[in-house]
Amino acid sequence: MTREAYHKALKELQDEVMKMSAMVGTAIKESMEALKARDVEKSRRIVKNDMLINRMRFDIEEKCIRLIATQQPMAVDLRILASIINVITDLERIGDHAEGIAKISVSIGDEPLVKPLIDMPVMAGKALSMLQRCMTAFVERDSETAKKICNEDDEVDALYDTIYNELVLMMVQDPKIIKDATYLIWAAHNIERMADRVTNIAERVVYMVTGKMEEMNVSKY
Amino acid sequence: MTDKIKIKDLNFHYGAKQALKNINLSVKEKEITALIGPSGCGKTTFLRCLNRMHDLYPGNRYEGEIILDGMNILDKGLDLIKLRSKVGMVFQKPTPFPMSIFENIAFGLKLIGIRKKKEISERVEKALRDSALWDEIKDRLHEPALSLSGGQQQRLCIARAVAVEPEVILMDEPCSALDPVATAKIEDLMTDLKKYYTVVIVTHNMQQAARVSEYTGFFMLGEVVEFDFTQKIFTAPANKLTEDYITGRFG
Repeated sequence: MTREAYHKALKELQDEVMKMSAMVGTAIKESMEALKARDVEKSRRIVKNDMLINRMRFDIEEKCIRLIATQQPMAVDLRILASIINVITDLERIGDHAEGIAKISVSIGDEPLVKPLIDMPVMAGKALSMLQRCMTAFVERDSETAKKICNEDDEVDALYDTIYNELVLMMVQDPKIIKDATYLIWAAHNIERMADRVTNIAERVVYMVTGKMEEMNVSKY
Repeated sequence: MTDKIKIKDLNFHYGAKQALKNINLSVKEKEITALIGPSGCGKTTFLRCLNRMHDLYPGNRYEGEIILDGMNILDKGLDLIKLRSKVGMVFQKPTPFPMSIFENIAFGLKLIGIRKKKEISERVEKALRDSALWDEIKDRLHEPALSLSGGQQQRLCIARAVAVEPEVILMDEPCSALDPVATAKIEDLMTDLKKYYTVVIVTHNMQQAARVSEYTGFFMLGEVVEFDFTQKIFTAPANKLTEDYITGRFG
């Protein structure tokens, strides 16, 4: 009764999730690069490419539903599929946050930034690293690493606080920059939300491996 | 949840061959317990221990205890007719007797000493109602049971088991010869039956075990690998062997 075709399909589905997470990772990296370099064309491309991520999410979800309907998965297989459906939703939203940063970059246009970006790329790098390690934990069924990653969300929150306070202070000192400084707060907020969504993914990895649903880290935002 | 049957260190041998090894589990009262596992794993052998069906063949040997309502049913000198009226059985293939629908049920009632025609009629009707068959066959009670469809025959067998008012009903793959509609009817019926009876079902259909039972036992090579709540077994089993079996990685 071994079910080779079914398990092959399940494996391929996980490969597609990894491919989707790589696309999202690229969007995070490039959206920050484009904002920093004031590359509006590149930002426009990121906005356009987000459609591909959205499409992929629907494709994977449809395949999950088809496998559930035709193969009646149980135990770990069922937990994998249930987790994938949640993980791709979070990946898609992280993609939207990267798209959000790209749109902010387009809105700022050719204007110079109100301040050089120092903490924000660090913050984006941190969120990206959390995502990549979390997805490795997903393929490697490593719930312990997933749990640890959740704690790192506090570091991203702390960086957000720093950026927020700095920009608010600048706006108080010079109200002319309020519009452009607000754009940057939004950009930082997008990154902060990305890290929150990585913790959601980590929770699904833990569920997939252990069968236990638990909240890992409640973000202060 | 009260234990209806408590199995302690049960070993069973077909002659020289040991078929069950150190089985320990409890069957809860008025719940459905499903037994799953690959062919030859001992689940049907185990089921047949619960009403001493193996005694019909020579050379079989039990060790250990099967406590039903405080009494060890493996005790020598136990009244097997009484035991089997308390622990009824439904088999894989419908096994109606070659007689009328009515007589199929009345037969068992007469066997346990009921003679009054009125009482027999009433109990036949009740058994057929309890088995969700009455409305379909109430006008054909005196037709041959073999004229019924497969699904109806199986429900007749359930009615026959129910008529003598057992406390436990054992079902050995009761739906394996039935189509999905007939299967759904039997599954609905099982859910009704558990209001009054303790049900133990052997099934090859894991989805069926998942749908109908509260507890599931996974058997392999004559042993119980895992016994737990059904929802636990099918979402997050504790044992790797159970997981591999129910996800189709071996079997």
